[in-house]
Order: sequence, then C-alpha cells, then structure tokens
Amino acid sequence: MLAADTQQVQWWLAQRSLLSGSVQTDEALRHTTLLELSDQSRLEILRIIASAGLGHVGGDFSVIDILTTLYFSVLNIDPKNPEKEDRDWLILSKGHCAAAIYVTLARAGYFPQAELNTFMKPLSFLNGHPSRGKVPGVETSTGPLGHGLPVGVGGAIAAKLQKNSRQVFVIVGDGELQEGSNWEAAMSASHYKLNNLTVIVDRNGLQQGDSTENTNQLEPLDEKWASFGWEVIHVDGHSPTSLLEAINKPRSDKPRALIAKTIKGKGVSFMENKAEWHHKVPSPEQVNAAIAEITS
Amino acid sequence: MTKELFDCRVSFAETLIELASKDKRIVAVCNDSIGSSNLKEFAKLFPEQMINVGIAEQNMVGVAAGLANAGLKPFVCAASPFLTGRAMEQIKADIAYSRSSVVLCGMSPGVSYGELGPTHHSIEDMSWMRAIANLTIAIPSDPNETSSVVQWAALSSEPIFMRVPRHKIPAIPGTERAFDPTKAHVLREGNDVSIVAIGGMVHVALDAAALLEKSGTSAQVIHVSTLKPLDEKTLLSALSKTKAVVTVEEGTTFGGLGSAVAELLSQNSPTKMKIMGIPAVFAPTGSAEFIFDHFGLNPEGVAKEATALIK
Ligand SMILES: Cc1ncc(C[n+]2csc(CCOP(=O)(O)OP(=O)(O)O)c2C)c(N)n1
Ligand SMILES: [Mg+2]
Repeated sequence: MLAADTQQVQWWLAQRSLLSGSVQTDEALRHTTLLELSDQSRLEILRIIASAGLGHVGGDFSVIDILTTLYFSVLNIDPKNPEKEDRDWLILSKGHCAAAIYVTLARAGYFPQAELNTFMKPLSFLNGHPSRGKVPGVETSTGPLGHGLPVGVGGAIAAKLQKNSRQVFVIVGDGELQEGSNWEAAMSASHYKLNNLTVIVDRNGLQQGDSTENTNQLEPLDEKWASFGWEVIHVDGHSPTSLLEAINKPRSDKPRALIAKTIKGKGVSFMENKAEWHHKVPSPEQVNAAIAEITS
Repeated sequence: MTKELFDCRVSFAETLIELASKDKRIVAVCNDSIGSSNLKEFAKLFPEQMINVGIAEQNMVGVAAGLANAGLKPFVCAASPFLTGRAMEQIKADIAYSRSSVVLCGMSPGVSYGELGPTHHSIEDMSWMRAIANLTIAIPSDPNETSSVVQWAALSSEPIFMRVPRHKIPAIPGTERAFDPTKAHVLREGNDVSIVAIGGMVHVALDAAALLEKSGTSAQVIHVSTLKPLDEKTLLSALSKTKAVVTVEEGTTFGGLGSAVAELLSQNSPTKMKIMGIPAVFAPTGSAEFIFDHFGLNPEGVAKEATALIK
C-alpha cells in the first residue's frame, strides 16, 4: 500500500493556506494561482501518458481544473490521514481519467510523486482506472461508467445518519450520464434530501466516439436534474472562481448539480474538442507542441 | 519462427459487413462502442443498421431483444466486461429466458485491456454466461473461427454469446471449415496427457504440446469452440485415452472451461486435472502478455503444469 509523502503534504498545506482564508485572499490571485497549479498538473499528465503509451488525455484535460480547484481550495481532507472520519469524499466517477486524479493526489502528498512514473506499468498500484484499497484517497473503484453517484449517495446518507459533517462530491462525465444508474441515484439523492452531495458534470460535449448530442441526446440537461429534485447551477469548469462561487453558495435541502461547461483536451489547441483525443496518445512531437502551448 | 498474428475484430467486422449488405435484418447494437468494436466502416456503409444507444448497456441489451422479437437480427457489440457484467439480468430474462434471437458479441474479452485494470478485464464472462440456461456460448480461437461463428450465428435463431478477441493471436489449423457448434476438435494426438483449451489459449496449448514432445511427453490437444453445450462425446472419448487433463482458458478458473470439463469428467470418468486460468484474484497491472506470463498462461507454464500432473 502506498504511503503519504510528508514533505509534499507540507507543500500542499502551504498552497492551501495561501489560497484560503488565513491570508486575506485576493480572488483574482486565487484564480490565477489555481490555474497555474492546474497547468503544472497538465504537464505531469502528459508526461505519464506519453511514458505509458496509454491514457485518456482529452478527459483528463477537461476535468483537471475542477480537480485542482477542489483539492487545493475546497475539500476537507488530510493526505497524511486519508481515512480521517469526517473527511470530504471526492469520487471521480469518470474513472478513465485516472491520470488526472493520480497526479492530483500525488501533488497533495497522498503518495510519492515518483510513483507516477509507474503509471500502467507492470505491478503498479496505478492502473488505468483508480482502485480503492490500492491508492490512498480513492474512495471507490471506478472505470465502468455510472458507478460513482450511487456510492456517493450512500456516503451522503451515511453522513446524515452518523451526524458527520462530510461533504460528498462526485464528478461524472457527460456521456456517462447516459447510464441509467445515475438517474436511479439522482432520485435517491433528492428523496433523502442530500444537501451534503454535489455532482459536478464535466460537460465537454463529447464521449468516446462522437458528441453526446449525436449519440444519445442529453439536453435539456439542467431541466433533467431539476425535475429529479436537484438544485442546478451552470458553471465554467475551467474557471476556479466560477466553480468556487457555486460550491460556496448556501445550501437548500436539495442535492446540488453543477453543470460545468468544459472543453475536452482543454489547453492544447490540436486536442481541443476533438473526439479522437478521448484516448489517443500524443507522439513525441505532439508532446513537445503540447508542452509549449501549456507553458506559454 | 514468427507466426502472423491477428486482431479478430478485423475478421469480425469484415464478416458482419458482408452479411449486413445482403441481409437488411442484421443490425449492430452498440454502447458508444463503434470504434472499439471496429465498426466504423459498418456504420458508414449501413447507417440504418447501426443502433448506438450511447453508454447504456442494460438499455442496449433490452433494445436488442425488442429488435429481435420484432424480426430483426441484432448483433450486440460491446466490451465484454460491460456487456455481460452490467446487463446480466437483461441477458438472462430478455434474451435467454425469452428466447430472443440476439447475438451478444463480447468485444475485447479476457485480459485484452491489460493495463486498464480489473474493472476492464472480462475474465468472468464465460462463467457468468455459462450459468444462464438456453444460451449457446461460442468462443473463437482465431480470425477464421471468429468469422465462421458470425456466419453461423447470423443463421441461427438461438440466443448466442460469443467472444471477439482483441489482443493478437495466430491462426489455428482447421478453422477454415464452417462452424459446427456441436463439435470439439482433437488438434493433436497424444497419450500421456491431454490439454483442453479454448479461445486465445488454443495456440498456447499447441505450443505447450510441442515443448512437451521435446521432453518426451506425448500430449493430446483438444480445441473446444463451443463452451456450452459442451461436445461431451468427443471430450469423453478423447480424454479417456490419457490419465490426466490440463485445461487452459483466458478467464477465471471458477466456472469456465475447467469447471465444465471437471463437471463432465467427475460425473463420468473421474480424471486427475489441473485447471489453468486466472485464479481467484484481480490481476495486477500490466499488459495482456504480462498478465499471461504472471499466471503461467504461456507454453512453458502449461508444459510445466502438465509435467507435474503426470509425475
Ligand atoms: C459501463 C461502461 N461502458 C463503456 C465504457 C467505455 N468508455 C470509457 S470512457 C467512455 C466515454 C465517456 O465519455 P464521458 O463520460 O463524456 O467522459 P469524458 O468526455 O469526460 O472523457 C466510454 C464509452 C466504460 N468505461 N464503462
Ligand atoms: Mg464527455
């Protein structure tokens, strides 16, 4: 089992205190700092996918600003004590974006960053989809789509029963929402008045082979969630400010869905909005071109 | 000696395209799996014969049942772990119990998706499907057999589950013939030990027998293509010639080929056996080849177990 990297946790704590209350934070500065942290993660994601020769770079880049915002500015977690009882849960239901969550967890110090070099290599803890029990910080194994939300609902009901302050966040892909299990869970969540549960839809408009609307139409997506009894907020999934504003709004007694407008492949022009970059692996030249764009 | 290797999704798609061009009842049913099932060309040629329901396997199998019951001939093409695991009850109630004429095509089965991890491995599909009554299970061992199973399935009216291998495998002798679901085939005679293999492990069994011959052991190799119903006659008569039997499959050792052969032998002529496959663990991270080697599912590993069994 992987263990925390305490030095890295110190670094992460320092970033967090910079970004949250203790120093009077300038909103604009917080925004740009989070985006810088996110771009650093993009470079790491690119590196480990190129090294493995496998991965889902498009979805990683569409979700990484959301993950960075949550891990560096929102979640009540302790990477040194990943099982802390009142911790918040983050479930990345679109488990194919394992590289994004692995890089984020490693940067928060859950395990040594050197471990990222083993991504998808023989005997690694870091296979192509995150597994609970293999990787600290992973609350449930994902990979088959449509599993995260029901487990999140269970965690949120338990928190109510246990009078635990836990907040549960579940990130789902938009294509993933074609799985019926999400909608069964959505009904349970409003039935149980789970105002400790937030779903973030990574609304990049693409799934594996095509756009969601060409495949199995999701729109009007906000009306769907609302009719299932959820509070719905539209946000910009590449804007920490937009995400934080929605997350920090006072809660009603409803579960909350953030529909986060995103761009698949965000940050690298030749990957953006292209279905083929769902799981295409960049060539060495493309890696260099991508690095140049991300660092420019 | 390097053998040519094949991704069976190629011959699968070629055959389905050929059939679909002549028979408009044939439809492919997908779950955002057009690319991973190698059906982009099919979708381009026959847009009306491609029904992509999106990422929704339970719906996919139910829809296929409806299409079939209305007179069409659906081939459901989806990654095997999600097709069989997610839609198991639809397969049982809507397809098998309702005798719906649907062909379930488990793409990229076994450990094809090696590095992606156990959620994407489909080592349970043969066991799960075998437990369901009224479902014929055909497991092709190479591209020719993949093609002949598709041709046979298109004409059959029974509920069928087939695997479509993804990681590359060589051709097996004798598979050019038309598919006969009632027959297992003895590929190599031998009298010390028998190796019974299925799917992508048939070529491994043949190579193991060649290795065994070098060390003075005469191994018989039996190629099972239809896992259910099993060709009991061929198996009982062939297996009675040797005093021990090794089974090899790209799947869990619980409930698949090994179990089927053990059920047959233990109730007819108990024989010493070794069941090779993936034991009761979730496989470690690694490519399909790495995982095969890890569990001894290679010619050396099979030869070693066969030798140990008859010692
Ligand atoms: C149950 C299931 N069916 C199919 C797949 C194969 N698959 C992996 S990712 C993917 C597309 C996901 O699209 P989306 O949810 O929009 O994710 P993103 O665009 O963020 O990558 C598909 C079909 C799967 N992992 N699980
Ligand atoms: Mg998407």
